[in-house]
Amino acid sequence: MRRKTTKELEEISKKIRCGILETMEIGKKSHLGGSMSSADLVTALYFYKMKHNSKNPDDPDRDRFIFSKGHSVLAQYAALAECGYFPKPILKTTKTLGSVLQGHPETRTPGIEANTGSLGQGLSIGLGMAIGAKLDHRDYKVYVILGDGELAEGQIWEAATTASFYKLDNLIAIVDYNKLQAVGSIKKRYDLGDIRGKFAIFGWKTFEINGHDMKEILQALDSVDEIKGAPSVVIAHTIKGKGVSFAANNPAFHNAPLTKEQIERAKADICNS
Amino acid sequence: MKNNVIATRTAFGEALVEIAKERKDIVVLDADVATSTKTSIFREAFPERFFEMGIAEQNMMGVAAGMASTQKIVPFAVTFAVFATKRVCDQVSISIAYPKLNVKIVGSYGGIPTGKAGATHQAFEDIAIMRAIPNMTVIVPADAEEMKQAVKACVKYDGPVYLRCIRCDTPVVFDENYNFEWNKGVTLREGKDITIVSTGMMTPEALIATNILVDKGLDVRLIHLHTIKPIDKDILLKASIETGHIVTVENHGIIGGLGGAVAEILSESEPALIKRIGIEDTFGESGSLKDLFFKYGLTSENIVKEVKNLIEKKRRKYSC
Amino acid sequence: MKIPVICKEREILVVFKEVLIENLEKKANLIRRYIIEMISNAEGGHIGGALSIADIMAVLYFHTLKIDPKNPEWEDRDRLVLSKGHASAAWYAALAERGYFPKEELLTFDHINSRLQGHPDMKRTPGVDMSSGSLGQGISAALGMALAARYLKKTYRTFVILGDGETQEGQVWEAAMTAAHYELDNLIVILDYNKLQLFGQTNTIMNIEPVIEKWQVFGWNTIEINGHRINEIVQALENAVKFEGKPTIVVAHTVKGKGVSFMENKVEWHSLPPTKEQVEKALKELEYF
Repeated sequence: MRRKTTKELEEISKKIRCGILETMEIGKKSHLGGSMSSADLVTALYFYKMKHNSKNPDDPDRDRFIFSKGHSVLAQYAALAECGYFPKPILKTTKTLGSVLQGHPETRTPGIEANTGSLGQGLSIGLGMAIGAKLDHRDYKVYVILGDGELAEGQIWEAATTASFYKLDNLIAIVDYNKLQAVGSIKKRYDLGDIRGKFAIFGWKTFEINGHDMKEILQALDSVDEIKGAPSVVIAHTIKGKGVSFAANNPAFHNAPLTKEQIERAKADICNS
Repeated sequence: MKNNVIATRTAFGEALVEIAKERKDIVVLDADVATSTKTSIFREAFPERFFEMGIAEQNMMGVAAGMASTQKIVPFAVTFAVFATKRVCDQVSISIAYPKLNVKIVGSYGGIPTGKAGATHQAFEDIAIMRAIPNMTVIVPADAEEMKQAVKACVKYDGPVYLRCIRCDTPVVFDENYNFEWNKGVTLREGKDITIVSTGMMTPEALIATNILVDKGLDVRLIHLHTIKPIDKDILLKASIETGHIVTVENHGIIGGLGGAVAEILSESEPALIKRIGIEDTFGESGSLKDLFFKYGLTSENIVKEVKNLIEKKRRKYSC
Repeated sequence: MKIPVICKEREILVVFKEVLIENLEKKANLIRRYIIEMISNAEGGHIGGALSIADIMAVLYFHTLKIDPKNPEWEDRDRLVLSKGHASAAWYAALAERGYFPKEELLTFDHINSRLQGHPDMKRTPGVDMSSGSLGQGISAALGMALAARYLKKTYRTFVILGDGETQEGQVWEAAMTAAHYELDNLIVILDYNKLQLFGQTNTIMNIEPVIEKWQVFGWNTIEINGHRINEIVQALENAVKFEGKPTIVVAHTVKGKGVSFMENKVEWHSLPPTKEQVEKALKELEYF
């Protein structure tokens, strides 16, 4: 099957951003900022890199994806809908009672591999799956998107040590490095220092990219395939709220309610970009 | 019952600033959720006394312990209830409770209301976990007024405390004449036929249910327990002896919380038939508050129903 | 020791230093003897990891720490947290020798109702600043003490002894990041790098290398020493307390079971109770100093 071009993927990422807006209830809080900052990464994974098929969600050879920064799951819902894991109208039921689309990722949703939302846990789960692949002699990969603020969780570094110790070259972490967390700027509130250096010293191969440049994202994901004997991390510099003019780099939109007008404006921003 | 509604997390944030004006030894630690837990109010008022700990809750509990060990600082360690209890259980036990250090652990977003975040953020076990830790006092205020007084009382007490806050607005049932008594239950209505024991945000709901039942001719006793540990045994034993049966209701799981605590006490001396209303051994989910409270039976209508069922059971048991 | 009547200042300092080092070596030896006696009397205990920090304890309690055994709650005292709490025997030995409680009490170690619990208990033991035992937690408490010192405008220093296996705990890295964020130069960690843990060599259980570089990347000042050379420990701690702007970790290469030949570097001596013959042999090796 022909691989999609950069331009095609950029068009799809607009659809993903619109899909994120579909999941939002007017006037209710939603994690807009972090979902938008991950949108291009999620697009690249679902529409270019990962081996997966919505008609066969349990295929044992499928690549796995875990959204460890679970509060940004809206981007994943949009991608899963676009891929046909469930009908698009379901997006509108997000977070309503009984919906298959919960506030944070749950395995009740077709296409979701792990329950996350409690930060710091997804990388450990991913590494377990990666070990599973090796034991089972399968060559699927495990991709985990982490938040930057999430790296303060000690469990991440337990997982980092373990993944390196077990030489898990089928585990790829992607850090959505948007430099903002719930309470504001990371540098000001809780400085994480040299993220790339930290992963490197824990034995990971590191890549650093612009998380909104589709060409760079694809190049990094392809380069990771060459790595043997160590896990990889792609540090993706992103903008919280990217794609929506009033939300871009605005800490208030970590989890703010949107009015009807704001949603309309956001849609216009996305389609015109 | 008053008509105004205030979230107890907001009342907590404001009360903390009030008391911190007199008590200069109070500091606050938060794990990147200050805007949600409302410690942001404290951060605004006393920035030099606020310590951001990042998304690293286990470390935060240890830091609180270290600060408290100086005996010159009273730290409030605040985050979401799920992380303030489940995630840090060992740290709270060993670093704080075991040496009985004067740390106040505050769990915001207790129970169902979490803004539709779903299971990972809904604490249905926090009271059960903290109750099982020795040296821990567990307080679950009903409303903003009680929260205000509870914060003051916590600061006066020298020892570890777990204080539970709610995210959503809840009715205010107590006024400024209310007097929060440390470790003591509150009888909101005397009665002879049956007792409802409630805690936290379910007390306003239990009040509504009581009024409905009283209108129907049932003499219901209503007890509000703000403190689950140490629990007021006397008020419970008296209720069991005088009214026979108990319905407990909590915005929490039925295993190990208020219902569990009441059952433990009564089963040893004055056995009563107990119906525990709460979340029944399941993880939470996303949904509107109305839908979720209805699904888990935490409504005045369901309380009325369960009281009637228990009365019926009692009647059948004692009729020959 | 005869001091020449007329001599240069530097010579006096050298002489004093030699006397100091010799005294500290004697103290470390005594601490080792007490550890053997305590653990054999208790019929078990974490002997290997206690012996590996005997020299560090000697330097802390007889040179570095500003403390007052007559006043264990003195609010301006330096703090020590034994984050690797299972090495408590070494701590109790040092505290007893320093005068916090009678030496005879060491024989109550690990006995019921004793003030000397298997893992440190700050409510029971004079001189113990923080309870520990669940690995990974002590460093956070120490960080809290250091943060408190700055907040209360006090000049006391907080020292932590960390185990190498212990750094596998994620909480240690939470504390490391936080201490660096707050630039806590009044916090000094000493890593007992004895390269063994319960089930084997640390780096075969879960590799923690490269140790020095990791702490540097996490924003710490690092010093590397031989953890059994008293003069190196003394110098490292002197440098550490003077360093500004970052917390410091002193990575001390040590030998588990150091001081008793048949225990040195042996995994099984993590917590084996010594037999009567082994105790006699060990005490004989530690007899002459």
